[in-house]
Amino acid sequence: MVDAPLRFRDDEPHDEPAVTLDAFLGQSNATAVRLEAGEDARALLPQIGQIALVEVSFPSFRDGRGYSAARVLREAGYTGELRAAGDVLVDQLPLMRRCGFDSFAPEAPIDPEALQRSLDRYDYRYQPAADGIVPVWKLRHG
Amino acid sequence: MRLLTGNDLPTGDVVWWTGSGWSRHVEDAADVGQEGEAILRREEGARRVNVPYLIDAIATPDGPRPAHIKDRIRALGPTVRPDLTLRPADPAAGSWVI
Amino acid sequence: MYRYDQYDQAIVDARVDEFRDQVERRLSGQLSEDQFKPLRLMNGLYLQLHAYMLRVAIPYGTLDSRQMRMLAGIARDYDRGYGHFTTRQNLQFNWIKLADTPDILARLATVQMHAIQTSGNCIRNISADQYAGAAADEVADPRPWAELIRQWSTFHPEFSYLPRKFKFAVIAAEEDRAAMRLHDIGIRLVTRDGELGASIYVGGGMGRTPMISHLVRDFVGSDDLMSYLEACLRVYNRYGRRDNIYKARIKILLHEIGADEYRRQVEEEFLLVKQLGIDPPRAELERITAMFAPPAFDPAAPDAVDRSDPDFAVWLDQNVAAHKQPGYAIVNVSLKPIGGIPGDADADQIALLADLGAAYSFDELRVTHAQNIVLPHVAKRDLYAVWRRLTKAGLAEPNLDLITDIIACPGLDYCSLANARSIPLAQKIATRFADRQRELGELKLKISGCINACGHHHAGHIGILGVDKKGTENYQLSLGGSGAQDVSLAKITGPGFSEDGVVDAIERVTDRYLATREPGERFLDTYRRVGFEPFKDAIYG
Repeated sequence: MVDAPLRFRDDEPHDEPAVTLDAFLGQSNATAVRLEAGEDARALLPQIGQIALVEVSFPSFRDGRGYSAARVLREAGYTGELRAAGDVLVDQLPLMRRCGFDSFAPEAPIDPEALQRSLDRYDYRYQPAADGIVPVWKLRHG
Repeated sequence: MRLLTGNDLPTGDVVWWTGSGWSRHVEDAADVGQEGEAILRREEGARRVNVPYLIDAIATPDGPRPAHIKDRIRALGPTVRPDLTLRPADPAAGSWVI
Repeated sequence: MYRYDQYDQAIVDARVDEFRDQVERRLSGQLSEDQFKPLRLMNGLYLQLHAYMLRVAIPYGTLDSRQMRMLAGIARDYDRGYGHFTTRQNLQFNWIKLADTPDILARLATVQMHAIQTSGNCIRNISADQYAGAAADEVADPRPWAELIRQWSTFHPEFSYLPRKFKFAVIAAEEDRAAMRLHDIGIRLVTRDGELGASIYVGGGMGRTPMISHLVRDFVGSDDLMSYLEACLRVYNRYGRRDNIYKARIKILLHEIGADEYRRQVEEEFLLVKQLGIDPPRAELERITAMFAPPAFDPAAPDAVDRSDPDFAVWLDQNVAAHKQPGYAIVNVSLKPIGGIPGDADADQIALLADLGAAYSFDELRVTHAQNIVLPHVAKRDLYAVWRRLTKAGLAEPNLDLITDIIACPGLDYCSLANARSIPLAQKIATRFADRQRELGELKLKISGCINACGHHHAGHIGILGVDKKGTENYQLSLGGSGAQDVSLAKITGPGFSEDGVVDAIERVTDRYLATREPGERFLDTYRRVGFEPFKDAIYG
């Protein structure tokens, strides 16, 4: 990846290279790990406290397993960097943000103006997710 | 013969490569012969026509006749609505498809 | 019925803006077709044989007169004067221009309509019993639950790129009028200890591998519904197959791991998800339910109907169903005139239906999965007037559930996936059997033009599948399916037929039925009693 990842975090980028899940599970001191699309995010949970970066692979924009991986990690309390890498398109970023991704390494460049419009577009959401947005039903009923 | 066809991007209309541009009428379609792949790649790049593809057709006195029924229906229009086809006044148009 | 508040409206308006942006990027060449396709599909826009096709969502098949009139207007202004009602209770326009779609969506949004998630690998428009709120046999109106699911599933951040499309149906009666068991998730509302809850069936579907769903949970209370469904979908999203689109539906996952293992995983996930606070409070269901309160029926409405006009009496017996309110009836409007195109209605007919809904049905209309229209709340004293107006418009064919009330997909006349035409065959069958349809009784005939089974052929008492046999259309006949509470999958009879050949084969089947049936037996009953072989002999013997 030539370009720096697109980040929605204030901390310094983590510069340790991400290791594979197998390598991570066999090597207890790694702090960055890469999950392939079919790999189980829950396998990371026992050591989640030591991880600063999880990179989730999107081999094709059609492959949505990474959205669940992100939710699983955030629901378990993971607060480190969560990066979507691969075939990540501008129209998917808002959904990925909702699932807890806060860093993106797209294969093809993303038009910053289209991205900003996309992120700003919806004022209301029906569901609570990993982004802390208050769902419509809560706005209705307090 | 080989024809190049697709659907026009803004309207969705069925279009046929004429040798210099695109026409809605299969009668205008040109035999692309060995050049088909090259024209297809070029037109794909131009992004004016959606998913262009090459088909086989038979040359007839009335013009090219696509080999597959699906492309004949594309060329004419829905057989169950003759009024909405490209040949609404021709009662025999439907039999060209079958 | 449901009315948007400021939040619903803002979301739909934002969606119009988003799609306008996406269409502009496509037209300017910024997006390739490969990138644009999933975006347009998620908003119901297909590219079919002759043009773009826009599928408009009709949530749980319910709409009001203003919405129906809007559909007529769009047919006139942007299409070629007609629309096609689908087996998912939606409406499709066949001749749409890409550049017009943002304006069409903007107009739909003014009457609280949209095309959100009417295609794509996401949770599709929720379907429901078309007699909801009118049927005597329901435990509750299923639509408030369907609306809760609609909101939960709209732009769901985790479930917008599922392995494959995902269809829900919600019913609340013993009689299944929505093919509930043939959906990815089917829900039947039930009561337990006085509390309303949902029985959850998972893993049904048609397509190339038809399957009947499994009961995964017999009772989920309203307080847990969203968490439970979230768990169901998460297990599917994580473990459903991505390597082969023909094996990617949830039915295949259940088939491969077994319903018990799927249930175990869902229950495990549910325990985690339930902690997240994603279930709306009961007040939200109550808010929605209040909008589905019964209309102001006239308690003094007379129950008697003058049957002296014999044509009216035939229609009354065939197309009008019992209502839970004395003095009222449910009117089925057939979109299957003999020789017509199943499910099609022109703009004038759509506008007339809007008028009839406003004048005679408390402003409500329904679309059925059998591609007909329902006026759910008609006073019996108005039935004759309604029938007269339907008759004038060619909408009073008295053929509900008869052999000419055919479900047919658009087939090769319109659809880019089809292998054979469905509509001309439906027209031939209807014409051949028009004189005998009442003698044959209930006989559900369903035609699909390809293996994707949009015409529900697996669920037909008689089902027909169009295939491509070396460049010519060929039709496989199957028998014994049902999408109702007696759900079953049809069995293929044997080698296929030409278009005329399959009509002849059906005649041999119906002749055998008439010769074999016992008093009171429907075709399906006789088939189940005597079995497949006598019919196979009749066809090929």
